[in-house]
Parts: sequence; C-alpha cells; structure tokens
Amino acid sequence: MFRAAANPVLRRICQKEAVVKKPEESATTGADLLVKALIDEEVEVVFGYPGGAVLPIYDSLFKQNKLRHILVRHEQAAVHAAEGYARSTGKVGVVLVTSGPGATNAVTGLTDALMDSIPIVCLTGQVPTHLIGNDAFQEADTTGITRPCTKHNYLVKDVAVLPRTVHEAFYVARSGRPGPVVIDLPKDVLMNKHDYKAPDMPVQHKSYRPVTKPDAKKIEQALELIANAKKPVFYTGGGVINSGPKASRLLTQLVHLTGYPITNTLMGLGTFPASDKQFLGMLGMHGTYEANLAMYHCDVLINIGARFDDRITGKLDEFSPHSKKIHIDIDGSSLNKNVRVDLPIVGDAGQALEDLIKLWKAKQPKTDQKALKAWWAEIEKWRARDCLAYKQGKEIIKPQFALDRLYHHIKNRDHYITTEVGQHQMWAAQFLKFEQPNRWMTSGGLGTMGYGFPAAIGVQIAHPEALVIDVAGEASIMMNIQELSTAAQYRLPVKIFILNNQYMGMVRQWQELLHGGRYSESYSEALPDFVKLADAFGAKGLRCHEPSKLDDTIKEMIAIKGPVIVDVAVDKTENCFPMIPSGAAHYDMLLGPEDRAARPVSEEGMVLV
Amino acid sequence: MEVASSHTISVLVDNEPGILARVVGLFSGRGYNIESLTVALTDVKENLSRITIVTAGTPMVVEQIKAQLDRLVPVHKVHDLTLEGPHIERELALVKVKGTGEKRVEALRLADVFRAKVIDAKTDSFVFEVTGTSDKVRTFVELMSSLGLVDVGRTGTVAMTRGGEAF
Repeated sequence: MFRAAANPVLRRICQKEAVVKKPEESATTGADLLVKALIDEEVEVVFGYPGGAVLPIYDSLFKQNKLRHILVRHEQAAVHAAEGYARSTGKVGVVLVTSGPGATNAVTGLTDALMDSIPIVCLTGQVPTHLIGNDAFQEADTTGITRPCTKHNYLVKDVAVLPRTVHEAFYVARSGRPGPVVIDLPKDVLMNKHDYKAPDMPVQHKSYRPVTKPDAKKIEQALELIANAKKPVFYTGGGVINSGPKASRLLTQLVHLTGYPITNTLMGLGTFPASDKQFLGMLGMHGTYEANLAMYHCDVLINIGARFDDRITGKLDEFSPHSKKIHIDIDGSSLNKNVRVDLPIVGDAGQALEDLIKLWKAKQPKTDQKALKAWWAEIEKWRARDCLAYKQGKEIIKPQFALDRLYHHIKNRDHYITTEVGQHQMWAAQFLKFEQPNRWMTSGGLGTMGYGFPAAIGVQIAHPEALVIDVAGEASIMMNIQELSTAAQYRLPVKIFILNNQYMGMVRQWQELLHGGRYSESYSEALPDFVKLADAFGAKGLRCHEPSKLDDTIKEMIAIKGPVIVDVAVDKTENCFPMIPSGAAHYDMLLGPEDRAARPVSEEGMVLV
Repeated sequence: MEVASSHTISVLVDNEPGILARVVGLFSGRGYNIESLTVALTDVKENLSRITIVTAGTPMVVEQIKAQLDRLVPVHKVHDLTLEGPHIERELALVKVKGTGEKRVEALRLADVFRAKVIDAKTDSFVFEVTGTSDKVRTFVELMSSLGLVDVGRTGTVAMTRGGEAF
C-alpha cells in the first residue's frame, strides 16, 4: 500500500481496482465466508498472528464466538501449536498468519508438519491480486515458497471459489498421508462479496483419492509370511497413530495374537503399550540394543506405517539382511524408497490391521512355537544387557534419572509429553513410557529445535485439564521462549522441564565422538536465569541441582496451577547411549562410554548427518 | 548394480497455475534428471494438460519418480510408457541454416532425405521443420552443423501408446 501511494501508476491501478464488486444484499465478504467454511469444518481453534493482509479475517473473527483464536508470539510457534493440537486430538490444526513475513515465518512449521505427516491448514494473507508480483509491501511469493514444504497449496483469486477451496484443503490435509496445506488469500478476495452455500460433505476431489483399503491378496500373502516366521519383528511408526486410536488398539491385538516382539519408531511411540512384555523399546540410532539386534537378525520384518528413515536403518546395505520385508504404508512413494521390500502394500494402517486380524482369526494359523521360543530367548539375552542403564551418584543429577523420576510422578496422571530436539529428546523417548497413542509429540523428521513448547501450548488448548510437559534442553527452549507470553495470556499450565547441561548436548556429543572433542560453538554461553525469566512472564520458575531434591521439585511443579519452568542442572558430560554411529550397522552399537575408543567412526560415517 | 536407463513418462494433470512448477520442483528437489519435458493443454473440456517427461534412472529411481508424481494432488494419471508396452515417440525441431552455394544445395538435399520441410527461405538461409524420433532429429541437427547451422529449437518428446486404448 505504501508503494501504491508513492507510485502514480500503481495508485491509479489501485483506485480502479479498489472499487469493490457490487455487493448483493444477501452476499457475504470473503473473510466471513472463510470463517463460515471453517466452522462448517468443525474447527474450534485457530492459532495465529494478525497483520495488514488478514485484517478482514480478524474483523470477521471479532464478530463471532464459535471460533477461538489463540494469539501466539511468532508465526512458527503458531504452526507448532497447531501441530500439537492436531497430534493430540487427531483433528486438523488451523493456522492464520499474515502475508510476507507472517508466511515466511510459518515455513519451518509447515516443513515440520510435512516431514511428520501432520494435518494442518494454514491460511496466509496476501497482497491484493492486482499488486501480486509488484514487490508490494509485505508481499512474498507464498505459494512459490511453500510449494515444496506443503502437501498442497492454493492461491485463491476469486471469492466465489473460496469456500470450496477451504473444504478441499481440509480434505487434502487429513486424507491419505496427512500433511500441511496452505491457502493464500489476497486481501481483495477477502473483501469481495459472494453468496454463501453450505458444501456437500464429504468433499469429492477430482484427482486426489488416496487408496486406504489394502489389496486382499497381498494381505493374504502378508499373513502367510507372518504366520510362518521363525524370527519375526513388528516395526511400527507414525502411520499407525495417524490412522486413529483404533489402529493402535488393533495393532496391540494383532501383536498379542501372534506373540511376536514389537519395536516402535520415534514417531510410533504409544502405538503399543510400552509396559507390555512384547515391547522392545524404540529402535534406530538411539534405540535399544534388543530392538536393533532384533531388526538385524529377524527373518520376517513387518513394517506398518513407518518409512525406513535413515535414523532407523543405519548402514543401508547391512540393514536387516536376512529378512523378508512386509511394508504397509498409505503413501505409495514410501514403498521401496530406501529399502527394497518383498511385499509392499499400499493402504491405511488401521484398515490393514483390521484385515490381518480378521484373516488371522479365520485361518487360526499355527505358528512355530519352538522357533519363537528360541527367538524370544535370544531377545531376552540382548535385553539382559540393560542398554539404558546409568549410574546415578549423590552429587550430580543424571538426565536419565531426572526423566525416570519425572515419569514416576506423572504415570498415574492424564499426561501429554512434547519435546524439543536433541539429547533430551532421545532420553525422553527412552525413559518415558507411552501406553497410548497421541500422548507424545516430538519433531521427528525435521528435528526442529523450538518445537516442543509451542506444541505443548497447542496440546494444552485441546486438553485444558491434562498435565502437559515439554521436556526441553536449555538451548532448544530459547528458540521459542517468547511463547511464555502466550502461555501467560491464556493461563495455560504448561510445564517446561529443562534438562540443563549448558551445552547443545547432541552437538557436543557428536563433537566429542567425531571431531576430537573440539567443542566449537556448542557451549551455551550467557544463559538466562530461567527462574527469573519465568517470573518476568508471569510463570513460576523452579531450580534443582541435587538428586535428593528432584522428587520434591517435580511434585511442586505438578502442584502449581499455572505455567512452570523447571531448570534441572544435569551432568554436562553425559552422552546419549546406546548409539549407532552414523554409517554403522545395527549390530555395531555403542552401548556406553567404554565402547567408544574401540570403534572410531569411519570416514564415510562422518559425512552423514 | 542397477543400470540407469531412459524412460518416457506421461502425466495427466489439472491445467492450473503452478502445476508445472510442482512437477519441475519435484525433479530438482529430489535430484532426478529431466532429459526433456513437454506440456500443453490436451483436454479442453476437463481442463487437463499432458506432461511428457523423458527421464533417466535405475529401475528403483524411476519407480520412485512415478510414485512421487502420483502423490501430487493435481495429478490424475502417471504412466511409464517405456515399461507399459509399445508406444511411439515424436519430436519436432526448427533448424535454421545459413549458407550459399554447394552447402546450401547439400542442406536442401539432406532435408529431403530426412523429410524435413522448408518453412522459411531467404536467398542465403532456410528454416527447416523436421519431425521424428529424438534420434532422427539429433542426427539431422548434427548433419546441419557443418552446413551453416545457425539456430535450433526442439520441442522435446511427445509420446503415446500404440493401439486403440486410451489412458
């Protein structure tokens, strides 16, 4: 707009275009249509931040009270909060940001949602259509920028198609493999008027119809392989969670029916109760010894809703070399992407599990009990190594101990955990137990520091009564610390549990293991006083240095009604084990500091991340 | 070791703004090759465009390319013509040649052999239109290079299955 005023040609264009289309009596503005469409989609909460281009939408929001708007303090946090909301409820998270910097700030969150398959609809403001391409004030090529980091995006150029676009966006975001969808909304489209027509639900998309029902023949083949396995292992991931809580119940049922061991990916924690004897813990780079060795030695690998990510496979040509691999995934492009599988099946995890259980019950297959007994005996031997063991002394708190105690105090409460990214994240995955799906929110694919706190805010909005804890590191938490203001505004009793080792711990660990202990820039110099920081934002700050006082601190944290930051000073030098060094195979795990000297990381491994 | 080979992929997409950017972005973002790419509106009623891409990769990579294309929301159909039975491929090129005397005569003679049409003529130049497989077009251009070649414009490959079936 500033440019338009300065430039006579543009000013003329503006004046000409500024004549808003003649409104019909019953017609509604684009902004009102948008809000109506959101309500039709049963949206209850929008996470956002206002700005010039979206003022009409904020005006519409002001005039109604069905949609609740949560004002964040940075657009990236709006997307993470919506992710937390979506992951803990199974609904689509909705974000509203302005044009230009509002949209570009949202990009990290969108990429995060894309990598972790989280359904998000992100509404971005845009300069009026006649100014698009003119380098107008707060203009960015939002559809161009977000094309590779969304599942799909739209630029709405005509108010007539606005409601339809919104409904299509929700359909695309939640169907198939979920993901983020951006709708870019020029300001004139929001001001123009059009009649409202309620949509025909469900929306029929002309080209996007993901396959959810797996091929019956392939399910039969899968069952055959599963039933005849001698050393089987289930390997399940976020796809089971995305399929809905029923899929996790079905998975638990199938695993119990077969009596086979199961391991979860970072994203899949909670799909199978962690306290169950058949659970081997998480697998992958910081997974358990038993889970990774089971993957290496198994003869049938049953992957449901996981994607053979490089954190899971380690060295590709030595990944589970003796197994027949079944891979069930709703996204056909995940099949045979990293690892060649013997039986690729496109379909929804829940549907596939339902079919498998039905068939299992109908056929009542006899599994090889003798072989399975031997397999479990082998697994128990690995388990007996107790790969997550640590030694807690009297002086310094071990981060593992802090999480053990945290879990002890929350396990009988209705709780949700989010994390930032780094060592604390891996320890949380190892030491907190997840009995149900949708209780664990962490940035898996993108590894976004600063994810956990805003995500916790989103979770708390969805579950006001629950205990929501962001397990954080002192470096990560600084990346979205401004959201303390949001927590204060909405009186959200989110707990931030900082494992403070004064280092970017995972960076420090890699520098120790791979770069000769040259701790380049990984020391957290000039940290704030987190207790005073909490105080400044109207939250409560607690600090704990001594192992003996940890229990009381955690109890106090839980008892406080409002937001709390707990600054737990932990061992600065502790490393996260077990660890498969990058480029190594599953059997080549470092179990503790003693293992390190014996096996230096290879040159090839150093190139990998 | 899997060997890389050339594949012609036909993609039917909604004719909407940004669709080409989506397809091209997918190829560059994931590190796939594009040997040639053609796109035009082919179904006015349904507003669909056909994109024909010639790409090269190992069987696993080509399978990935198809799966990734299929995943794009505005994509209706993806077919690997190279794998899915007999098909025909054609390319068109405009070739400008400048010269006089024996070279000019020779260019015209070769054009005749290749069934290239003269679509512009001046006393010292021709523009030829040549159609055929990419190999034929390439050969023609190579021959012209010693006869006063000035400019070449190529469409890239378009392709279709043989027989009466549509897809």
